[in-house]
Amino acid sequence: MPDPDLLAADRSGAPEASSAGFALPASVRGDFPVLDRQVNGHPLVYLDSANTSQKPRAVVEAMADHLLLHNANVARAMHQLGAEASEAFEGGRSKVAGLLGARPEEVVFTKNASEALNLAAHTLGQHLALGPGDEVVVSVMEHHSNIVPWQLLCQRTGATLRWFDITDDGRLDLQAAREQDLVNERTKVVSLTWVSNVLGTVNPITELAAMAHAVGAVFVVDGSQAVPQLPVDVATLGADLLAFTSHKMLGPTGLGVLWGRYELLEQLPPFLGGGEMIEVVRMEGSTYARPPARFEAGTPPIAEVVALGAAVDYLRGVGMQRIAHHEHLITAYLLEQLQRIEGLRILGPTVPVDRGGAVSFTLTSADGFDIHPHDVMQLLDSRGVAIRGGHHCARPLHHRLGIQASSRASAYLYTTPDEVDALVAALEHTRAFFGGHSLGGRR
Amino acid sequence: MSVEQMYQEIILDHYKAKHGSGLRDPYEAEVTHVNPSCGDEILLRVHLEGDTVADVSYDSVGCSISQASTSVMHDLVVGRPIEEGMATAAAFTEMMHSRGDFEPDEDVLEDGIAFLGVAQFPARVKCALLGWSAWKDAVAHALAHKEENHD
Ligand SMILES: Cc1ncc(COP(=O)(O)O)c(C=O)c1O
Repeated sequence: MPDPDLLAADRSGAPEASSAGFALPASVRGDFPVLDRQVNGHPLVYLDSANTSQKPRAVVEAMADHLLLHNANVARAMHQLGAEASEAFEGGRSKVAGLLGARPEEVVFTKNASEALNLAAHTLGQHLALGPGDEVVVSVMEHHSNIVPWQLLCQRTGATLRWFDITDDGRLDLQAAREQDLVNERTKVVSLTWVSNVLGTVNPITELAAMAHAVGAVFVVDGSQAVPQLPVDVATLGADLLAFTSHKMLGPTGLGVLWGRYELLEQLPPFLGGGEMIEVVRMEGSTYARPPARFEAGTPPIAEVVALGAAVDYLRGVGMQRIAHHEHLITAYLLEQLQRIEGLRILGPTVPVDRGGAVSFTLTSADGFDIHPHDVMQLLDSRGVAIRGGHHCARPLHHRLGIQASSRASAYLYTTPDEVDALVAALEHTRAFFGGHSLGGRR
Repeated sequence: MSVEQMYQEIILDHYKAKHGSGLRDPYEAEVTHVNPSCGDEILLRVHLEGDTVADVSYDSVGCSISQASTSVMHDLVVGRPIEEGMATAAAFTEMMHSRGDFEPDEDVLEDGIAFLGVAQFPARVKCALLGWSAWKDAVAHALAHKEENHD
């Protein structure tokens, strides 16, 4: 079945003909100076974009230009620079809204995706008056950022945390969930990732939204890995709240987004108190601003928002449809090439169907020894190949898979097939290196 | 130094052999140490007889550096006075924080000198120290436990 997200009309660019193949990286790589770097005497092969993406010149320049020529505080500085800064800041908000098909006042800026999810957990807990007998549902494939805030909420309120399991091929086990009546009339919140940062699995968000809404639960989506690579239309997505993070989508660190349906945001209580989030403050008590200001206490990351706006311009200039298409092609190539390596086991779907650009794997040497991801990473790094090794902030998922850690290669719009080839060669070398030592042979 | 050189033969041998691995009785203290950034974990037990480290047993998962260094540690402390083990631990720790600028004493550190190269890779220093810090912690617990029982 074709992915409906990939078929959704892209508001920003014409879909690339599939015959164009891997044309995209060549047209964008020149915008990313870091990709020309040498690392440890080798050309950099950056395959850690699911961790954080590299930044194009336009984003860095927008940030520098703002700080050098338009810097002032927003909302409260009445002079000309203040007006320019406020306009640039709100312009960033409008651009993010445009990317999502949302209204600007539905876009709340936070520190990162983790803070956005904590905001969601805190305010929903209060709004829904969560208590014993109520249930919150997440999944075993979540990033810690979409587990721990809900654990904390359940500890505070006495509600129960439950979770979706996964199938052996790394997809949400919807059948088991139905059999266990996982989402039921006690369920008040369902919070799930759209794309897994470990398995790469693209979850059927619209179907899951229907499942949550059928029992009257609020549906929260962790879009940290999805928004960077898929066209998004919040009008049809089905999410009530959507969290994501600027630094994985060409923007700067220190900035995250919580999008929410305005009717819901309006009902949520404040999260952090301070300047800008108030209406009237009296010593006896205060009234609060309307969203999004209600959730943005204090001076916001102004230059970062301006830069994220530039990142959104860049992404839409390329076209989210084209980015998704490239991600699909390069992931297919990555899966195919990795599977040729003996002793390499891919976690998650091994076919490029409903699959994002992060591929995690384990590696065993010829003498049957598990090569630890840190050792894999270290040998790859010595050849300029940057991947991530560890539990990728998803320890429960690794536990579920019966492993302690894994290695992860992740691609983005600038990733080339040559880089995948370099990865494969470096993995072969790693395997040979660690396989060349007999078990405890020295003594 | 190249990464391939960092992975000295001695390190890879210990990684595969894991001297002293497995949990054994008796023991006076048991501790768990983790490296939260990478997930390396060790559960370690210490058995003291008087002033001597009679046994160190452990169950651990992690990278070659953390596993090999724990194996080397086992060889360096078991059957020797606690005080000597602590001095060795201090020498090893100092070497690991030297960024490679260190003249290790082979009589003290024995196979541990192979980790001098690892000290040049700051991201791996924590790996090399995981087992050692667990051991020091477990000994401290065992000694405290002994005092309590004397009171
Ligand atoms: C799926 C997912 N959720 C949440 C996060 C957290 O993002 P941040 O660290 O920017 O808060 C990440 C990234 O690490 C992620 O991959």
